[in-house]
Amino acid sequence: MDFINALIVLLNYTVIPALTYGSQLALGAIFVTLIYGILRFANFATGDMMSFGTMFAVLLTYYFQSKGISFGFLPTALLTIPFAVAMMIFYMLLIDKTVFSYYRIKKSPPVQLAMVSLGVMFVTQAIIRIIIGPTDRRFLDGEKFILKATEFKEMTGLSEGLTIKSTQVITLVVTVVVVSIMFWFLNKTKTGTSMRAYSDNEDLALLSGIDPKRVVMITWIIAGILATIGGILYGLDKSYRPFVYFNNMLPIFAAAIVGGIGNPYGAFFGGYVIAFAEIFLTYAYKRFFVYLLPESLEPNSLMQLLSTDYKFAISFSILVVVLLFRPSGIFEGKKI
Amino acid sequence: MRQYSNVIAAYSIMLILIILVGVFQSWSIALSIFNYCMISAVMTMGANIQWGYAGLINFGIMGYTALGGLAVVLVSVAPVPEAWSVGGLNMMTSLAIIIGMIFSIRYILKKIQKSKKKTYLIAAIIFIGLILIKLISGPAIEKIEAVEPAKFGFLGGLGMPVLFSWIVGGFFAAGLAFVVGKVALGLRADYLAIATLLIAEIVVSIIKHEDWLARGVKNVIGLKRPAPYEIDLQTSPWFINLVEKFHSTKLAAINSISEKQDLLNQLVIDASSIYVKLCFAGLFLVVVIILLIITQKALYSPWGRMMRAIRDNEEAASAMGKNIVKQHLFIFILGSAIVGIAGAMMVTNDGLFTPGSYRPMRYTFVIWVMVIVGGTGNNFGAILGGFVVWFLWVQAAPMALFVINLFTAHLPETNELRIHLIESAPYFRFLLVGIGLLVIMRFRPQGILPEKIIKQ
Repeated sequence: MDFINALIVLLNYTVIPALTYGSQLALGAIFVTLIYGILRFANFATGDMMSFGTMFAVLLTYYFQSKGISFGFLPTALLTIPFAVAMMIFYMLLIDKTVFSYYRIKKSPPVQLAMVSLGVMFVTQAIIRIIIGPTDRRFLDGEKFILKATEFKEMTGLSEGLTIKSTQVITLVVTVVVVSIMFWFLNKTKTGTSMRAYSDNEDLALLSGIDPKRVVMITWIIAGILATIGGILYGLDKSYRPFVYFNNMLPIFAAAIVGGIGNPYGAFFGGYVIAFAEIFLTYAYKRFFVYLLPESLEPNSLMQLLSTDYKFAISFSILVVVLLFRPSGIFEGKKI
Repeated sequence: MRQYSNVIAAYSIMLILIILVGVFQSWSIALSIFNYCMISAVMTMGANIQWGYAGLINFGIMGYTALGGLAVVLVSVAPVPEAWSVGGLNMMTSLAIIIGMIFSIRYILKKIQKSKKKTYLIAAIIFIGLILIKLISGPAIEKIEAVEPAKFGFLGGLGMPVLFSWIVGGFFAAGLAFVVGKVALGLRADYLAIATLLIAEIVVSIIKHEDWLARGVKNVIGLKRPAPYEIDLQTSPWFINLVEKFHSTKLAAINSISEKQDLLNQLVIDASSIYVKLCFAGLFLVVVIILLIITQKALYSPWGRMMRAIRDNEEAASAMGKNIVKQHLFIFILGSAIVGIAGAMMVTNDGLFTPGSYRPMRYTFVIWVMVIVGGTGNNFGAILGGFVVWFLWVQAAPMALFVINLFTAHLPETNELRIHLIESAPYFRFLLVGIGLLVIMRFRPQGILPEKIIKQ
């Protein structure tokens, strides 16, 4: 019994939150890695682009709520996804047309494109703050919990409760659906194959008649879908605040590089690596050990490896270690 | 002289802009903008040495700035004897253990051949070391942080003059740059950018959360100053006399004695703040000029030519027998040290150390915009970039407010759009800086003052 209780504690406080957070990071990391692999630059506007898409979802949610439209027990924000994605894709294509395409055609070095993306970051951040302001916003409605701790205790008779938030399930389901469609698209369709070819060897791809404009456009469309959905899921689960989204760029970069930048599978995996590491290393294991160990051995400290203040620092340290020992990432990414 | 005409023109325009702020807003604001412009200029020079001379991209400016600020606290604040007596010994032991760990790992790396045993040995040393440190420092940290937490709660510094801390700040930053350089310099440009960005985050999060070191997010206030304090000035007779003389015509026009006294008091208060800022401006100007002379000499020395050669063609430079790895590391340390000095200058100017305020937006990305806008590889350009971008960054909000008022003048005061726009005026600085960067990158990618190569 104690053993099951200990497992429930671990599940409730580490595994489920880590899976959720990992999925959100993974979506962002695939976004980074696609841009890096196909358009060949590190996009420093990542966090703000995710924020931009989410902003539309937040505004549309408010609008729908004022019109009395709801999605039953599911959050209204899910209804707004198609509109928000459309807006996001429009914005990305606009940015690409006005800013990035010039440097791509000129074949500028990747560093220059990264610098340009800094400019895009500033502008996007300004637009977001001018439209929606810098404050914290919650836009989750509908059912909050799928399984409450008290219900779980009654059901199983255990002393530890298991809580499952609806946002956690939504995040996992949506991530699985989106990511599997994306991988199917990249691997099985002709367009996806041409994108991979373009990523592997641009000249060869051009030689075999692949239209670079089309590849770039489709990349931005997929990126827009991933960025918006990733952003919305994060906002539903936690809350929407532009500054936090900007900061999320850092663990997302870490996830993409740890997995092997340019490799979508690696990015997907990297998101979970970062999330699990952050949560497992900062969780206080006291309650877990209280169940497992006999009373005489009970720990009197929190049994916490690192304080939660260092959450971000952990993911960055992992990145540094990976860069030191396996610079191309856990999965083979692009050559550095 | 003619080749410097555009430099002189650009600097004159900048100076006129600041003087205009002084005339239209207030001289105190103009001087604080000027001081911050100069601090930004020093940071930009540091980044420019790395990016402009050697093509190394360092997005970790924030970390070096924070370390420079930390140096001010650790050098100039008076030590806290109670904290030292309860936990000083343990903290020193921990420090000794860290140093011991580093040296033993170095020894193993050098002496033992690559094998599984070596990896395990290093892992064991790190693991045991960390546990020892946690055991020794844990209780000591708790005790130190319990010493008058509202006022101290940290070990304090050495109580030395604050100007000395500027040099120490440079050394701190150089030390960090050595470690980062060893780890990350082999990476390709954009990886290096990301790696340095994240390492800077780690550094700032350590400064933020290790309260025993510099009070963390509880901030250290009332730091020492190399300039006199306003309160002292306001009570010293020579200063009052000076103000009286300076404003004698204005004062003479007033007949009533009490009114005259009131005006004089007001003038003295204004003048004291301006006087202090002028002192800082003088100090900063000295630093900027010294750095400018050194960097300018270095740029046109054989060493500068070698750095440019390495930047433009690594293979060729390496074939000429130049040690690229070593030179990259050296210039990385040099540039970071300058950024560290700037960080110390900034904290001294503010008189407080607020680790919570170190954010990549303000301390890394804006500095990079300065480097690119000003002109990569040109020291005069770097300084100009610091001035222009900082000026825009500060003055964007008033400018935006002015434009918004102009365009919404026909709308009633209670119009929602108007209120919303006026409330979001501060965010137009991001827009202005972002668009500025994009425009410069597109139409003048080499910056306002491009790199100039003098052929001997």
